[in-house]
Amino acid sequence: MDASTSRNLTILKGAGLAAILAFPLLGFSDYVLHIAISILLWGFVYTGWSVMGRFGLVSLGHGAFLGIGAYGTTMLWNLAGLTPWIGIPLSVLASAILGLLIGLPCFRFRITGHYFALVTLALTEVARLLIVALRDTTGGSLGVTPVGVVSPEDPVSLYALQFASKTVWFYIIVGVWLVGLLIWRAVDRSMMRYAMEAISQEEDAAASLGVHVTRTKLTVTVISAAMTAFGGAVYGQYQQYINPETVSGIAISLQIVFAVIAGGMFVQLGPTVGAVITLLLGEGLRLGFGHEFHGLDVTVYGLMLVLFIIYMPRGVLGKAVEVMAARGSRPGTPSPQPGE
Amino acid sequence: MLTLENVSAGYGTFQALFGVSLEVRAGEAVAVIGPNGAGKTSLLRVISKVIPLNGGHIAMEGQSLDSVPAHRVIELGIAHVPEHRRLFPRLTVEENLRMGAFINGARSRFDERLAFVYELFPRMKERRHQLAGTMSGGEQQMCAIGRGLMSGPKLLLLDEPSAGLAPVIVQQVFDLVRRIRQEGYTVLIVEQNIQQVLKVVDRAYLLEVGRIKMSGASQELLENDEVRRAYIGL
Repeated sequence: MDASTSRNLTILKGAGLAAILAFPLLGFSDYVLHIAISILLWGFVYTGWSVMGRFGLVSLGHGAFLGIGAYGTTMLWNLAGLTPWIGIPLSVLASAILGLLIGLPCFRFRITGHYFALVTLALTEVARLLIVALRDTTGGSLGVTPVGVVSPEDPVSLYALQFASKTVWFYIIVGVWLVGLLIWRAVDRSMMRYAMEAISQEEDAAASLGVHVTRTKLTVTVISAAMTAFGGAVYGQYQQYINPETVSGIAISLQIVFAVIAGGMFVQLGPTVGAVITLLLGEGLRLGFGHEFHGLDVTVYGLMLVLFIIYMPRGVLGKAVEVMAARGSRPGTPSPQPGE
Repeated sequence: MLTLENVSAGYGTFQALFGVSLEVRAGEAVAVIGPNGAGKTSLLRVISKVIPLNGGHIAMEGQSLDSVPAHRVIELGIAHVPEHRRLFPRLTVEENLRMGAFINGARSRFDERLAFVYELFPRMKERRHQLAGTMSGGEQQMCAIGRGLMSGPKLLLLDEPSAGLAPVIVQQVFDLVRRIRQEGYTVLIVEQNIQQVLKVVDRAYLLEVGRIKMSGASQELLENDEVRRAYIGL
């Protein structure tokens, strides 16, 4: 990348961020603001997934981490009166430990590819069933609401991390999302990224070059699990309602994977673009068809997933970057090849 | 420099090596020759601990390798250039070389060693932004050897560098091995191309079904009737 494109990119980023920060001031309805918040929040979660997914560690079980974050924080608040300021770190820690526990045997015994996906798929379903089975404490499949402390008269509780205003939530979640992007970039620019790519392409050769294979895989898994749990916790605080279907189980786990594939997992903003696609699609189908055709969204997801994998394996944003790179390079200079 | 004492190794219940002992002295080039399935690749794989050591002892410059995990072997100065190259196909040539200097001690000397590898293989410099998987077999072999050199090893393990290459390229690969020797590296090379490799090395071991059957100076082996009849076809 030469200096002028790099400068243009910086300007573009600044303008984009300014537009996002100005968004709540434009007088949109709460509904529109809610969609924007959801996009950024899920964008964060999807970014967390792609931290490991981009290296071929395809987890179909991130619903488990999401569930631990959401339920952990809410249960600690409701049952023990523990502020989310402590509850969230504890839940994130629990999720990171679960990531270690599931990752260690998988990586030690070289469970990769489809088998790793299946192990994680089981994990998310176990998490959902546990939440349902422990209905006396968790509220079961009816879901649960964090005990509310805010009201129209008293709209802000920092202690309970509850805010009545969508605008406040918007800015909090912009911050969360930005931190997610920074983590993604830190991983992208680290030696760990090369190590992970080397592992995913030739594991033994990577080990012979001094890469501690198990530890490197565990590191990205723990980062990903922690980010996802954090996203789940924030989701619970924002929505003030969680249920096992929305934060755990196969459906949400698959949606994460679909969104990241659709947006593109090899570019920083790819997962966020994936969030835009899935949320607008979901809302569009809901508004267009109501609840007349039950399961229509899942059917459309499935169809689109097939199309994406065939025609745009690097996602919408990945494809866009590729096309621009091809157009920008002069004849004679080899353009970077796609990794597929 | 490297000593193997009664080494046994294998894959699960299959045993590939039965009590192999050998020695590589500093500055030497040593070959392990033998037919397909003799255990040559397993021998290098157990030295770099990619497969577990089931019996016996391995030591590098007096330091035991017996309980050293795969990712620490390189820190003792052993670089493994594996069979079929095992480059990272979707990384560029330069990124592959960067991975060669992954260990802590090597990162600070990356620029200097990169210049050395590019001087040794000017072709790699031309192709530095190309994806490794898109190069020809001979170029990939250069890249693999270059990657091995990037950690600044004392001992280079070369596994069948001529395998799968056209005869003209095979000649180039052996010239390469000769150059690496001249640069002062100690080399342990495994080859099926016995006639060629014996012209490059000082000594050789003949491995058959997981056991050392014969050893000696390369000239001796080249003139040995049994070796000539069985492996060179003369």
